[in-house]
Amino acid sequence: MTLSASLSATDITLRLRRTTILDQVDFTADPGEVTAIVGPNGSGKTTLLRVLTGEIAGQMAPGGQVRMGGLDVVDADPWVLARRRAVLAQQTALSFPFTVLEVVRLGAEGPGGAARALAALARVDLAHYGGRLYQELSGGEQQRVQLARVLAQLDEPVGPHGPRWLFLDEPVSALDIAHQLQVMEIAADFARRGGGVIAVMHDLNLTAMYARKVVLLQQGRCIGAGPTEEVLTDSLLSRAYGCDLRMGVAPGSGLFLLPQSAQIPHESSDLELRS
Amino acid sequence: MAAMTSAEGAPGAPSHARSDIGEVLHAGDRRQRARRLRLILVAVLLCCIAASLATGAAGTSLWAALWDGLRGQEVALSDRIVLWQIRLPRTLMGMGVGAALAVSGALMQGLFRNPLADPGIVGVSAGAGLGAIAAIVLGGLLPAALAVPLGIYTVPVAAFVGSWASTMLLYRVATRAGRTSVAVMLLAGIALGALTGAASGVLVYLADDNQLRDLTFWGMGSLAGATWTKVGAGMAIILPALIAAPFLARGLNALALGEAAAYHLGIRIQRVKNLAILAVAAATGAAVAMSGGIGFIGIVVPHLLRLASGPDHRDLLPNAALLGASLLLLADIISRVVIAPSELPIGIVTAILGGPFFLWILLRQRGVLDL
Ligand SMILES: Nc1ncnc2c1ncn2[C@@H]1O[C@H](COP(=O)(O)OP(=O)(O)O)[C@@H](O)[C@H]1O
Ligand SMILES: [Mg+2]
Repeated sequence: MTLSASLSATDITLRLRRTTILDQVDFTADPGEVTAIVGPNGSGKTTLLRVLTGEIAGQMAPGGQVRMGGLDVVDADPWVLARRRAVLAQQTALSFPFTVLEVVRLGAEGPGGAARALAALARVDLAHYGGRLYQELSGGEQQRVQLARVLAQLDEPVGPHGPRWLFLDEPVSALDIAHQLQVMEIAADFARRGGGVIAVMHDLNLTAMYARKVVLLQQGRCIGAGPTEEVLTDSLLSRAYGCDLRMGVAPGSGLFLLPQSAQIPHESSDLELRS
Repeated sequence: MAAMTSAEGAPGAPSHARSDIGEVLHAGDRRQRARRLRLILVAVLLCCIAASLATGAAGTSLWAALWDGLRGQEVALSDRIVLWQIRLPRTLMGMGVGAALAVSGALMQGLFRNPLADPGIVGVSAGAGLGAIAAIVLGGLLPAALAVPLGIYTVPVAAFVGSWASTMLLYRVATRAGRTSVAVMLLAGIALGALTGAASGVLVYLADDNQLRDLTFWGMGSLAGATWTKVGAGMAIILPALIAAPFLARGLNALALGEAAAYHLGIRIQRVKNLAILAVAAATGAAVAMSGGIGFIGIVVPHLLRLASGPDHRDLLPNAALLGASLLLLADIISRVVIAPSELPIGIVTAILGGPFFLWILLRQRGVLDL
């Protein structure tokens, strides 16, 4: 990947009402892989995502910079950004009784929009929900409809100006395990086909499974950014979350998280703890 | 039906899947229905226009006059005056006011992301009224440099300024970080209505006899005062707002997902919001300047249309203009016939019809709105 295709965040500091919410955050994410942002509640993950997507980039302290494949996010027009990246928020409210298909089509306009919207709905297993009222769906179904809307907005993972980016804020928090995996697969597939994915994650096991890179936040500071196995370490995680955490390696499926208070009999376990 | 055609048309294709897609498209996309509805609304409006032209205190028959005119015969002078100087401007004014009220209701609901927002309910009409009253009472104090170019536009422009200021104020108070609180919006509307009402009261107290007569006439909420001058001045403000409204539709649709999501979809939200406020102020201001306070059109019309064909503003705004115009003409006809030869103020008719409807909306929405 060329450097210009990646997303770089340089010296991001953000103060809201005199409290420093992000403090000199620096990292680079590459297309072709999933980058996770993790950290405890209130550590600034959502705020960082809102800066990266341009939403509050203008409020950054001077000196901060976000570049998305050569495009300066701070100055970019909303409609230019909208063709290069799409954003799934932690929650999305809807104020009028739109149907599911109408919601998805809010992102997919123009010729081919209907086909794209239907394809996106099918990707999240909601192909038959098009005619239902969005407000009558369950929370998890609504979140999947919003993901479909976001997918329909971007069309292909690589556009004429280079890779497109998917920003997901806790995309799986409201979902059952099967749909958690499905959504993470969709994100991973988007990355495999050349797009970039930045996802705020709470579940460290899913993070270990799907993210190639991790940005670890603690109280607005980035205390680790890099390849997953270098950031999801016992010491960094314990420091970030303030409790004793160990990462282990499960045979055949890679890293997993083991909270130390869990009572797991060591003899019967064929899991091997990394030192 | 879709299943049959695809099964016959493409033997190798997965007919089952294709019929499903057809069904989903059909069920999920209500724009077709909205377009058919628009044709019906155009027809209804034409009927209302004809009925409005044909109804009135004078015994003039529109049809007889039309028939005479078409045959090349001389139409009686009195008939011509009734039709041309009284009924036609009144009908045009009714259409303009009705369309303006319905569209500003729909715009305001989209802007506040709330189906209860309505210029009449949240005090914006009262703000426009204050502007109009100020223009009538204090208009003489205007410096000639301003008064002369404004001319016949003084009252509608003042009403526009009043409604613009109150919409801005209301939006500032009720919306924080892109979220509008229904309770704050309604309460702020009450406060705003009380304040502007008090200020209007002071102005009425200051008015001289001549101005009082103008004020009474204006305050009745009636289309009876329609003249070509009044219609021309009001329409010059209403038409640009009505024409601009559909261009805001995409932005308002996206705003239904919240400001952040709308921004992510590529909308310049600040611009959409400013333009929507301007259009609401222009339409409400001019409508109030022309006909005083006529309530409920702005809330009833968009609500009915959302029930019929969904909330997509691309269809909602033009359809609201059509249905608003028809409903106001209908209300005006009722106001002219129920106690003929006398007239009921049209504001009373819309309140009697719209009030219960508004309560019904509240009942329906009670569960959804967390007031
Ligand atoms: N608009 C705001 N004004 C003031 N403080 C805020 C604002 N948004 C977020 N914060 C604070 O910033 C911190 C980080 O919030 P957030 O980024 O949402 O955390 P999380 O990592 O849980 O997503 C929290 O302490 C939150 O209270
Ligand atoms: Mg968050």
